[in-house]
Amino acid sequence: MFGEIIKGLGTTLKHLFMPPVTIQYPEQKRPVRTRFKGRHELKRYDNGLERCIGCSLCAAACPADAIFVEASENTDEARYSPGERYASTYEINMLRCIFCGYCEDACPTQAIVLEHNYELSFYDRASAIYTKEMLIVDVPVNGRATPQVVEPGVFTRSIPDMENPK
Amino acid sequence: MGIEQKLGNMGVVTHRLEDVVNWGRTNAMWPLLFGLACCAIEMMGSQASHYDASRFGMELNRPSPRQADLMIVAGRVSRKMAPVVRRLYDQMPEPKWVIAMGDCASCGGIFNNYAIVQGVDEIVPVDVYVAGCPPRPEALINGIMTLHEKVRGEKLTKYA
Repeated sequence: MFGEIIKGLGTTLKHLFMPPVTIQYPEQKRPVRTRFKGRHELKRYDNGLERCIGCSLCAAACPADAIFVEASENTDEARYSPGERYASTYEINMLRCIFCGYCEDACPTQAIVLEHNYELSFYDRASAIYTKEMLIVDVPVNGRATPQVVEPGVFTRSIPDMENPK
Repeated sequence: MGIEQKLGNMGVVTHRLEDVVNWGRTNAMWPLLFGLACCAIEMMGSQASHYDASRFGMELNRPSPRQADLMIVAGRVSRKMAPVVRRLYDQMPEPKWVIAMGDCASCGGIFNNYAIVQGVDEIVPVDVYVAGCPPRPEALINGIMTLHEKVRGEKLTKYA
């Protein structure tokens, strides 16, 4: 019996000298896994055109009805994305979204990607609705901002043949 | 800050009462021991050794609402549970705050049906909404720090 007490106290003493496991969260962040699903981003092609073509397949796939998409027509004078249409309104309610990634799977152009930001707290429900301006990534270095003026007949396909159209 | 600059070095520090009170409130905010669904597991995770909510002075989950300052609604609230949640909130003494943790507590989330309250702000006033299904322990701590920011800006006249 006495030996067991010594053994137990020894375990306590051993843990006393172990390094602490606590992650000092706001200063120090534990890296998430590569496939972690956090806040969404709307991606762009290398030339700056938006990948989203406003097809609403993400909204149809969403089990929580968190996504709202409204599409408008592209013209060659004001081109946002390849093909006929682009998303003029794109809203995700972060408080509805369950971060399942079905929108990512449904997207035909890989426009919407769930990235690694999980710090989403809001003072009111209205501020949880992320608009297209908040979701879309910055224009790449070699790209131009949208809407672009392009020569006619180049970007006729919604899903381009090549990965990054020139 | 105030009087000690005029009187010279007297070995005293003065401060605004509001800031001292809010500092005290943010650094000892005891949550109510209260979990409803899967979000509660992440809430436990945020209090266990890896994330350790006691770094923010909230190591004690009070099982009695009369000793709690913060209600973390962790999980979906069914219509049957709603009067109980409201009663717990009413039993908490002022000042009190509410965090709606996760999608279901914030707006019903995926459960858009007759059995679930579509957001606990129907029954209690919510200060901070935390998104996620469930939120990571870090996300909850981020929500708590967002609430701390709010509490630091509070005026004493609110409770006078």
